Amino acid sequence: MKKVLAVLVSLIVLTTSFSSVCFAAPEGDSAYDMEYYSKFQGQGVEINVYNWGEYIADGEDGLMDINAEFTELTGIKVNYLNYETNEAMYAKIKSGANNYDVIFPSDYMVSRLIQEGLVQEINFDNVPNFKYIDKSFVNPIYDPEQKYSVPYAWNRVAIIYNKEKVGYEIDSWDVLWDSAFDGQILMFKNSRDAFGVAQMALGFDINTEDIGELDEAAALLKAQKPLVQAYVMDQVFDKMQNNEAAIATYYVGDYYIMKEVNEDLGLYIPDATNLFVDAVCIPSNAQNKEAAEMYINFLNEPQVAADNMEYILYSTPNTAARELLPDEMKNNPDLYPSAEDLANDVAYINLSNSANLYMDSLWTEILADEEGYNSWFMPAFFIVAIVAIVASMVLRKRKKSRDR
Amino acid sequence: MRVKASSYPYVAWALLFVAIPLGLIVYFSFTDAAGSFTLDNIIQAGIYSNVIIKSVWLSVISTVICLLLGYPLAYIMSRSNPITARTILLLVMLPMWMNFLLRTYGWMTILENNGILNQFFGLFGLGPFEMINTQGAVVLGMVYNYIPFMILPLHSVMSKIGNDVIEAAQDLGASPISVLSEVVVPLSMPGIKTGIIMVFVPAVSTFIISQMLGGGGNQLIGDIIELQFLGNAYNPNLGSAISLVLMVLVLMVMSVSGFLSDDNLEERVL
Repeated sequence: MKKVLAVLVSLIVLTTSFSSVCFAAPEGDSAYDMEYYSKFQGQGVEINVYNWGEYIADGEDGLMDINAEFTELTGIKVNYLNYETNEAMYAKIKSGANNYDVIFPSDYMVSRLIQEGLVQEINFDNVPNFKYIDKSFVNPIYDPEQKYSVPYAWNRVAIIYNKEKVGYEIDSWDVLWDSAFDGQILMFKNSRDAFGVAQMALGFDINTEDIGELDEAAALLKAQKPLVQAYVMDQVFDKMQNNEAAIATYYVGDYYIMKEVNEDLGLYIPDATNLFVDAVCIPSNAQNKEAAEMYINFLNEPQVAADNMEYILYSTPNTAARELLPDEMKNNPDLYPSAEDLANDVAYINLSNSANLYMDSLWTEILADEEGYNSWFMPAFFIVAIVAIVASMVLRKRKKSRDR
Repeated sequence: MRVKASSYPYVAWALLFVAIPLGLIVYFSFTDAAGSFTLDNIIQAGIYSNVIIKSVWLSVISTVICLLLGYPLAYIMSRSNPITARTILLLVMLPMWMNFLLRTYGWMTILENNGILNQFFGLFGLGPFEMINTQGAVVLGMVYNYIPFMILPLHSVMSKIGNDVIEAAQDLGASPISVLSEVVVPLSMPGIKTGIIMVFVPAVSTFIISQMLGGGGNQLIGDIIELQFLGNAYNPNLGSAISLVLMVLVLMVMSVSGFLSDDNLEERVL
């Protein structure tokens, strides 16, 4: 999902060479509803799509190049851009100084965007393929009336570990606090996921806004810090694949990507873990809403969604697409667990503004590891600094006039 | 008159891209999310005073290392024949043609516990040494990335020091050490000052280097600022306040040590 390097490399390849791989159209465009898709043909319409890095099939591995395919089918040009975290995307949308037509926020971010009026209602008449979406993903907690979002992919938080280094099968969150793995643990770099892990280990609700519980989780994360090798997001791929660390917290689908490179890796999915859904939304200031809806509909064409999911290796909420997946994927209980397995999993919902602020201040405190301080230190420093600047200028001037 | 008219575009540029953004930072620093005046942000920025001190300290170390490494090279360049000088200059510049992030990413593969260096040491039964995720790695990243900004101004100042000046000093009986300390260093002072500013300022506010090579646990003030803008809480007011503190700090250091107001301002801004 969040591969910085891959994004970088692909950006550089894009800008320097532009030698996009031509993709042969799959047998017969007739698979698509041409009357629907030809609406904008020849009108020079463009849409700006803002997605996670490495989060759409791009023609590699013999899979479909979805954006190219869409442009060929509809004549709509896709300007494709990447972000690394929900929060980075949110900051861009919030600033309003841009217009994206399609974005891919995660669950809690969807509800935040809805609350702040930053996304608009989707006209589901223009997204007929919504019928393929699994009923258990319709009317989700983050968008209860199913007005603003279409689920794109879902997955769970898990512990990925190196079997050789750990030596036994991990069966609890507690291993993340085991001093035997000093300097061998990789932890989430975003505050929400990191706190989520600590809260799950403590048995708290991951959506808690209770100050005491947040403090307790922060204390646990602080206690863990000496054991942590690094706080990372996408760098986890390189580090786990190259045996740099023994244990990492990340997402189930990404484990299968890493495992292709490093056979020694194992997976532990806790019974009660975080289940997240990444959805597709249309920002309020989108320029081409209808074209955006066409794009969303295209993403849910069974073959398109299937190729896409084979590339991302997350789980699809699109039932027709799931049927088209290779057997080893669609029958994998890690990716498509039974309803009982999912019963204890919890989704993130958006926290109140004050809880978010409090969590982030705890998080910076953990990372910066600060002692107490005097609250008037900074204002006092300001005054001293300004006095020093003025004084040094005055002194210099005086010296100069004396020299003359 | 004509000169004055031709400067308007620059005045407009400075207003639009320097003065207004700076004004916005000051405005955000002293207001809360609702837009009313508050000192809270500045007070809160004090939480990070230890991080600021650490950032300044690491940047000072890297600046000193850059100067120690860059000064002799710049001197050699200025005394060698034009072709050699140009070749060295090209070699100094060459890494800068590649993206900053990729270069830093490259260092990660070199420094890691199973990285290239440790594998090399492993051949002799040494190590593995813990190199990545340390402050040393952060300093290394800073020195590597910013040393061209030290060498270039030093080179352009030193190439203006004529050989005749040095020869004259030698003819008058100056020892090599006093040639250096009495002639070369004073004449290259403007370059030293520019180089220090151009290395120190980006180093003190960097965040990518500390994130990639410092492992996230070695947070510098740039990381804290980034977190305020791209973090979960999205608090641009606090972010602006910390930035302002940092700017005032740099300004103070520079003005107290006499970088801002001395006689050869033109010479220094090359």
